[in-house]
Amino acid sequence: MPKTQIEDLNTNIYDFKNEDNFEFKIQKGLTKDIVEEISRQKNEPEWVLEIRLKALEMYNKLDMPTWGPDLSELNMDEIATYVKPKSKLNSDWNDVPEEIKNTFDKLGIPQAERQYLAGVGAQYDSEVVYHSIKEELLKQGVIYTDFDSAIKQYPEIIKEYFSKCVPISDHKFIALHYAVFSGGSFVYVPKNVKLEMPLQSYFRLNSPESGQFEHTLIIVDEGASLHFIEGCSAPKYNKVNLHAGCVELFVKENGYLRYSTIENWSKNMMNLNTKKAIIEKNGKVDWVSGSFGSHISMLYPMSILKGDNSQTEFTGISFAGAGQNLDTGFKVVHMGKNTSSVVSSKSISKSGGISTYRSLVSILPNATGSKCSVSCDGLMLDSNSRSDTIPVNNVENDETEFSHEARVGKISEKAIFYLMTHGLTEADAKAMIVRGFANPVSKELPMEYAVEMNRLINLELEGGIG
Amino acid sequence: MEKLLEIENLCTNADDKQILKGLDLSINSGEIHVIMGPNGAGKSTLANVIFNNSAYTKTSGTIKFNGEDITNLKTNEIAKKGIFMSFQTPEEISGISTLNFIKTAKNKIEGKTIYLPDLKKEIENDMSELGMKSELLHRDLNVGFSGGEKKKNEILQMLVLKPKLAILDETDSGLDVDAIRTVSKGIEMFKNDENAVLIITHSTKILESLKVDLVHILVDGKIVYTGTSELAKEIETNGYSKFKEGA
Repeated sequence: MPKTQIEDLNTNIYDFKNEDNFEFKIQKGLTKDIVEEISRQKNEPEWVLEIRLKALEMYNKLDMPTWGPDLSELNMDEIATYVKPKSKLNSDWNDVPEEIKNTFDKLGIPQAERQYLAGVGAQYDSEVVYHSIKEELLKQGVIYTDFDSAIKQYPEIIKEYFSKCVPISDHKFIALHYAVFSGGSFVYVPKNVKLEMPLQSYFRLNSPESGQFEHTLIIVDEGASLHFIEGCSAPKYNKVNLHAGCVELFVKENGYLRYSTIENWSKNMMNLNTKKAIIEKNGKVDWVSGSFGSHISMLYPMSILKGDNSQTEFTGISFAGAGQNLDTGFKVVHMGKNTSSVVSSKSISKSGGISTYRSLVSILPNATGSKCSVSCDGLMLDSNSRSDTIPVNNVENDETEFSHEARVGKISEKAIFYLMTHGLTEADAKAMIVRGFANPVSKELPMEYAVEMNRLINLELEGGIG
Repeated sequence: MEKLLEIENLCTNADDKQILKGLDLSINSGEIHVIMGPNGAGKSTLANVIFNNSAYTKTSGTIKFNGEDITNLKTNEIAKKGIFMSFQTPEEISGISTLNFIKTAKNKIEGKTIYLPDLKKEIENDMSELGMKSELLHRDLNVGFSGGEKKKNEILQMLVLKPKLAILDETDSGLDVDAIRTVSKGIEMFKNDENAVLIITHSTKILESLKVDLVHILVDGKIVYTGTSELAKEIETNGYSKFKEGA
């Protein structure tokens, strides 16, 4: 392969920077004054500030995690936790300032909205700049709005649910999240309303040495159904950026939620994200997760199968290239009887990347008649990459079916040779094997996103060969 | 008749062990050649080395194809010159459908994008000739295929890719009589005056219905004897001991 080609491919379409133009950027660091200033800037109710200050106290009390990737590069004194973009919230793309609109155009968001989405939210740095939902869904009582508006418009619902799924004390970075959270989406799907097209929220962090702390809260009421898609990306800077978002999902009796994520943060991002779902009787949550970007990720979505017969599936893939340490996985707690969980996780590592699958399965004494099957595969594309599996399984009753299989291996030289005897170059052959490996995940995604995921895989592979 | 493949004095190592020790072989277009030999003589090594498999090191010798030196070309470039290899143990690739694989291979080898519906029709015709169920096209490549289905799939690829030289490495091993007949039929369908086939085999069953031009006996890394199809029959009865002594 000629060397020039490799350089061409290093230009990632996600890696375009706008100038660090902002309405307001808070000073770096994390103090009581800073938290109070964020609250003032957001002009929010007093009860929210109280939660922030409580969370800040918690953050200062809690220790850094004693396991997982080394987070010593993260220095909160070097991070600005709030950057207000030069845009108010709009419901028409034409009203979004040119530069920001162009950003989302390049990411294909308005186009996706026209073609196959029922609603879109777009966040730029710390605030949502665009939010819209199809008229007919409004008539059915569906709420899809940015989180700040939700606090003001639906305070009773927000007070009832906010931080009830993911408590402030969960871990240090969730305490940080609650201290400085800004932006994100709120979705409410009323009883028996089934959305045929997905909603999508996209999070773009443009500002260097800053953090994004969006809060997403979704309530799927009894018998309702929703597919929610979350996308995120950022241009690459030389210094550390931080993402510590929080996703709280409540799925009521007979409700269904599919939560899909395509994450492609830049390779200077610390992605310390927390996602959790509480699922009532007969409800179901399916997670589909693709993690491609970030320097370090710690991400373990969690399903709590609270109601009898509730179900969850997790289908995830992570791709760790040079300089990336992706520590991802899934957690499930079986509380109700006859609950079921299916976990299928794939991880790929190349050029010294480290990818770790870390999981927790907990089947409580009362969760009789439950089923859990976990399968995880790691694929290493060369011998200096790493792939590990760290499962923790607590099965506390005998009337449960539980299975766990893990396979970790290097990409097969024989398979590469086989494909090359059929005319594929070495890079083509590897890409085909990796795409096939990732296929169980990509087929769970809507077509357009599956194409996007394959494109990301090709980009990762082509960028590093030669 | 033109010289298609010319191998001269080929020596190779794998894991520091010498396997081929000065092998010569010449195949003309329009011919079917057979290589037989005892286990460990270097038969499968030869197929791999023609395709420049990096698991083997060539220490001397040249391989020419259509007069062009291909000794050190990359595996995929050798394929694009018009050489095909049917594997003794075809690889299973999960997540990639058989159709997608054959389509990709065809487009890479031809260097252009072939209209898929036409290609699919051609593939399905060939499949029906080989007694293959067309639903295999939509299953992951070789995953969960029976031994016979895998081998037929290799023959199918040969028919679709239309190489100038097809090397069939133990394609008949482990197959029942009916499947061997199907493989022979596939070779007959493929064969014409412009192309050539090199069959590497243990057994003579596959040769019964084919018009074989030359049979080579490979012992200890060299071709020690070359004869007509009668030679295969003699091996069937008497084994290789005579040639081993001569080596």
